Amino acid sequence: MTKSSIQELRQISNRIRISAMTMTNHSKLGHTGGDLSSSDILTCLYFGGILNVDPENPKWEQRDRFIMSKGHCSGAFYSILATRGFFPAEQLKTFMDPLSMLNGHPDRNKLLGVEANTGPLGHGAPIAVGAALAAKMRGESWRAFVLTGDGELQEGSNWEAAMTAQHYHLDNLVIIVDRNRIQQGDFTENTIRMDPVAPKWEAFGFAVREVDGHNHEELLNTLESIPLSPGKPTCIIANTIKGKGVSFAENKPAWHHGVPTREQLALAAEELGVEVPW
Amino acid sequence: MVSPAVDTKPLSSGAAVPQLFDCRDAYSQTLEKMAAEDNRVCAVVNDSVSSTKLKKFQELFPDRFVNVGIAEQNMVGVGAGLANGGMVPYVCGASCFLTARAMEQVKVDLGYSKWNVKLCGMSSGMAYGQLGPTHHSIEDLAWTRVIPNLTVIVPADPQETEQVMRYSLEHQGPMFLRISRMPVCKIHAPTDTFTLGKASMLHDGDDVTIIANGVLASRAVTAAKMLAEQGIHARVLNMSSIKPIDSDAILKAARETRGIVTAEEALQAGGLGGAVAEILARHHPAPMRMMGLPDVFAPTGTAEFLLEYFHLNAQGMIDAVLDLLGSKK
Repeated sequence: MTKSSIQELRQISNRIRISAMTMTNHSKLGHTGGDLSSSDILTCLYFGGILNVDPENPKWEQRDRFIMSKGHCSGAFYSILATRGFFPAEQLKTFMDPLSMLNGHPDRNKLLGVEANTGPLGHGAPIAVGAALAAKMRGESWRAFVLTGDGELQEGSNWEAAMTAQHYHLDNLVIIVDRNRIQQGDFTENTIRMDPVAPKWEAFGFAVREVDGHNHEELLNTLESIPLSPGKPTCIIANTIKGKGVSFAENKPAWHHGVPTREQLALAAEELGVEVPW
Repeated sequence: MVSPAVDTKPLSSGAAVPQLFDCRDAYSQTLEKMAAEDNRVCAVVNDSVSSTKLKKFQELFPDRFVNVGIAEQNMVGVGAGLANGGMVPYVCGASCFLTARAMEQVKVDLGYSKWNVKLCGMSSGMAYGQLGPTHHSIEDLAWTRVIPNLTVIVPADPQETEQVMRYSLEHQGPMFLRISRMPVCKIHAPTDTFTLGKASMLHDGDDVTIIANGVLASRAVTAAKMLAEQGIHARVLNMSSIKPIDSDAILKAARETRGIVTAEEALQAGGLGGAVAEILARHHPAPMRMMGLPDVFAPTGTAEFLLEYFHLNAQGMIDAVLDLLGSKK
């Protein structure tokens, strides 16, 4: 497993951010806000020694499964996979190009490291529940992780999955909610009230912890203590800021799928303390 | 096409009543055997333990039996996840809910993702009779057939159901198996074997071809026998494999006989008849009659009554054949 220092994790997170924004600038399509809110979580999973995965052997049966249920944030997801070595970073330059392996939403049959085809919301949790059940059936110790959006929780399939997870005591399942409080059209609370989120998961039988989704240390401490409660599935509510790290995008619904110009890319890179990669 | 009307006339007086079978028994017993032989086999249900006849499976393999409750979207997603984890899940539920309620999961988690999941759509067609159109599954063939990568099979009798189940474990990729609860008689010889993408000829003839499957296959054989008494020689193809479909057998029938009647316990649109029509339109246009439900939901009645009501019986097939052939043989 790869484990980096907190300082390194911060740098990787910001490189993921600018990579995703560069890809979106290239394709003129993408989901900047969610890419930026989820970058620290993804970085902790893939570079914080949490996910037991091996890019040299991506189909290794005992690997942890990570399912990017918020598949629209493929910019950040592809960037973390490439950075971790699942495929060459050069391929990121083909994001959404004709016949590219990098669809707008991830396809497991095209790209190593992708566990599930996502895009329509509310698909990741049931798949992760099935994977966690498979590990239990086979007596294996690998785990299933899901990163879901917060607006995504409006899909009822998540709660169907939650009931199954608690009934079968899936303490090898971790659902991480990217609670950035904005969905496509507006703030979540203006769209359909979601607060309080944590008690909902607790009521569904999960061991729940709320963390600052941009604090690598706090994220790692929590991810390292899984299962939070033996016999219970885990839910981590990562409180995040949509557009995090880029002043003009932070907490603005319009940046859900905003496309940065080259000038905005340069400004973002400066704020993030990284270079525009290409 | 014949118009819906009740026809309860006996087909032939004094005929021996054939032994009837519920294909769910063959399906569940085969699944139990497969699970005993292969520890990747597991079952997922939506509270439908008894209607899927998996009570014994649950007792034999409690650790490989998942009941997600009444939650079909989750059920199909869980199946995809089990496949991701190396299992071969049989996701079983009433076809009406399994398909309609979870169609996006069937499309994305199975068809698009190509996970090795076997959907068993139980009590399909109008098998739930009096329960009404909410519980009928007359749309499932049209819906599933158009999903890329999804194999669609409708077994016709217990032997074929067992063979299809056995085949499904060897097949890599998602499948939809449509398994009725309506009693059917045996139509295959013990030496017959199911082959994916191949029709089986149940009756030979060179005047006309009847293509059916599922609960209507045996009725097609009866129709062919009755037509023979009138000097009309009908070929009967059991097209259990709807996708992939046996284009060769369809085109051969189009060339060697004067037309094709399709019969299915489903809507006329989009299912078996639609699949056959697509082959003919592309390669060898031929006269057709498509039997099934017209663009309607079924009224109240037993499953058997509804088949009669929509003329999905031997007499209906005979009428369609005569209509297709015109007054002359």
